[in-house]
Amino acid sequence: MKLKFFLLLSVFSLLGISCASDGGTEQVPVSGGSSSEIAESIVSLSPTATEILFAIGAGEQVIAVDDQSNFPSSAPMTDLSGYTPNVEEIAAYDPDLVVTSYDPGDLVDGLNVLGIKSLIQGAAMTLEDTYFQITELGELTGRSEEAEKLNEEIQSTVSSVAPFSGELTYYHEVDNTLFTTTSKTFLGQLYELMGLVNIADPADEAGFGWPQLSSEFIVDSDPDLIFLADGDLGESAQTVSNRPGWSSMQAVAEGRIIVLDTDIASRWGPRVVDFLDQVKSEIELLNLD
Amino acid sequence: MRQDNSLKATSSYVRASWLVVGILAVIISGMAGILFGPSNVDSMSILKELIDHLPIVEMDSGLSDRHQAIIWQIRLPRVVLGFLVGAMLSAAGGTYQGVFRNPLADPYVLGVAAGAGFGATLAIVSGFGDGSGFFDPVPLAAFAGALLAVVLTYSIGAAGGRLGSVTSLVLAGVAVASFFTAIQTFVQQKNTETIRQVYFFILGQLRIAGWDVVILLLPYVVVCLLVILLIRRRLDALGVGEKEATSLGLNVKRLRVISVLVSSLGTAAVVSVSGLIGFVGIIVPHTIRLIFGFSYRVILPLSILFGGAFLVLADLASRMLLQPVEIPIGVVTAFLGAPFFVMVLRTTRASR
Repeated sequence: MKLKFFLLLSVFSLLGISCASDGGTEQVPVSGGSSSEIAESIVSLSPTATEILFAIGAGEQVIAVDDQSNFPSSAPMTDLSGYTPNVEEIAAYDPDLVVTSYDPGDLVDGLNVLGIKSLIQGAAMTLEDTYFQITELGELTGRSEEAEKLNEEIQSTVSSVAPFSGELTYYHEVDNTLFTTTSKTFLGQLYELMGLVNIADPADEAGFGWPQLSSEFIVDSDPDLIFLADGDLGESAQTVSNRPGWSSMQAVAEGRIIVLDTDIASRWGPRVVDFLDQVKSEIELLNLD
Repeated sequence: MRQDNSLKATSSYVRASWLVVGILAVIISGMAGILFGPSNVDSMSILKELIDHLPIVEMDSGLSDRHQAIIWQIRLPRVVLGFLVGAMLSAAGGTYQGVFRNPLADPYVLGVAAGAGFGATLAIVSGFGDGSGFFDPVPLAAFAGALLAVVLTYSIGAAGGRLGSVTSLVLAGVAVASFFTAIQTFVQQKNTETIRQVYFFILGQLRIAGWDVVILLLPYVVVCLLVILLIRRRLDALGVGEKEATSLGLNVKRLRVISVLVSSLGTAAVVSVSGLIGFVGIIVPHTIRLIFGFSYRVILPLSILFGGAFLVLADLASRMLLQPVEIPIGVVTAFLGAPFFVMVLRTTRASR
C-alpha cells in the first residue's frame, strides 16, 4: 500500500510540476547544437508546440509529433509519448530539434548525449508566454516573419475582446473530481479578459492555482455559467445535473452549461482565439448580457 | 488507565456507560457534520430545517431551495456515508486483528485495496459514459476487483499448508496486492490523462455522496456489521490460540472463513464507493483496545460507534480546513489519526 502511495505521489507530483512549470520567466534555453542553424527535422512532443509550428508555416519542417498532437490533422502523428518519452525512439527519427513541454528528468540529458538540440516550452502562465514561445519557434525555424504576424493577429483578437457586462460568475470544471482553475492560471486570465468572475478565487488564499472544490461550495456559489472541460471524459449537461444537489443551481436549471473543446481549453497556442470565440458565442447564445 | 488485574475483570463485556459515550460521539459528530460546511448556510436555519422534518413539528427555516438541497442532498448523505464507511472499516480492521491475531492487520491486508484500485482504474480508463449513482461503473468495477483479489488471496493462501494458514494467507495477500498494483500502475501509465481521477480514488473521498450511493452501500454494511457483532465472542476464544480454541469446541476454520468473508465483503463495498481511506481500520480498533479493554466483545461494538464518528469528523475537517478547497480524506485521517494514536499509546504506557 505504501509503495503504491509513493508511486502515485511521484507521478502526480510530476504532473503537478508540469502544470505549475513557469512557461514564461524560466524558459529553458535551447541546449545542444548551434542556435544559428535552422531546424529542418523537428520532433514535437508538445501538442501546443505542434500547433504553433504549423501555424507559422513550419509544418514541412516537422517530421514527427507525439500521440496527443491531434491538430492540425495533417501533422505526422506517431506513437511517441510526451509524458514518458523514450530517447532512443526519438533519436530514431534523426531530428535536429526536439520540442517538448515537460522533461520528466532525463530527456534533455539523454538528447544532449546524442548531440540533439532540445527545447522545453513549458505550460504558459500568461499570454506573454504564448507570444514568446511563438517568437522562439519562429526564430528556430527561420520563420520569424510569420511568427510575428501570428502574434499580431492573436494580439489584435485579444484586445478586441469586449468584456461582458454584469459580472457573470462561472465555474470551470477540469474533471469530475471537481478540479478547477482560478483566475491566476492562463485559462483563468482568458476568462478574466471577458469580464467573467471565477467562483474558485477564494481558493487562491490557500495557494492553489488548480484547486479541488467541495460540491457544497460549488452549489452554494451558484455560478451563472458552468464550463465543462471534461466532455471527452464522459461529462455532459446530463451527468452534471444528476449530481446530488446540483439541480438546484440556476446554471443547471436554465441549461447554462457549456461544454468546451477539451483540446482548445488545455493548450496555450494560437487556438486561444478559438477558445475566446467559442466562449463568447456560447454566452451570447444564452442571451444573458 | 489501569494495566493490571482489574482490567481483565472489567473488560470482558461492554459497559452500558461506554455505549452511551459512543452513541453520544455519533450524535455530536453527526450534528457537526450537518451544521458546518464550506458554504455559508446558517447553522440556526439548519436546525430549524431539521426540526421541521420531525413528524408533528412544523417550522419555517427560511432556507432557499438551493440551501435546502445542500443540506438534504449533499451534506446529510455525506454524513451518513461517513458513518457507514468509518464503522465498517473499523469493524473489519478489528475483526482481522482478531482472526490473524496480529495487531498490525488492517482491512486491506488481503489485497482488497489493490483489487479495488485495479478495478477502479480499469473503469476510469475505459471511459465511463453516463455514470453516476447506481449506474456509475467505477464502484461496481472496484467492488468486483476487490472481491476478485480476496478470492484469489484466499484460494492461494488457504492451500498453503506448511506455514500455517494465517501466515500463508497474509503472504498470499501481499503477493496478490503486488500483482494488482503492478497491473494497475501499468494501465495508468498508458492513460495518463486520467491519472488524477485514479489518484483521488486511491486517496479516498466522500465527495460523490448522494442518497443513491448510501442506499447502495447500506445493505452490505448492515449485514456485515451484524454478522461481525454476532461472532465477536468467538474471536476472543480464538485469541487464546488455535489449538486451545479447537479444544474448547470452536470450529476455527469456519470462524476464520466467516470472519474474513464478512470483513472483506464489507470492506470491498465501502472501498468501491469511498476509495482507500487509510488508518481508520487500524487506528480505531487499537485505540479502543488501549482505552477500553482487550476483549472483542468490547472492541467491536465500540469500534463501530467511534470509528463512524471519527470518520465523520475527519470528513468535516477535509471540507473545512482549507475551504473552499477539499483535502482528500485519506490525508486527513493520517494526519489526525497518527498523533492521536501516539498520544493514547503514551498515556496508557505512562500509567503502568
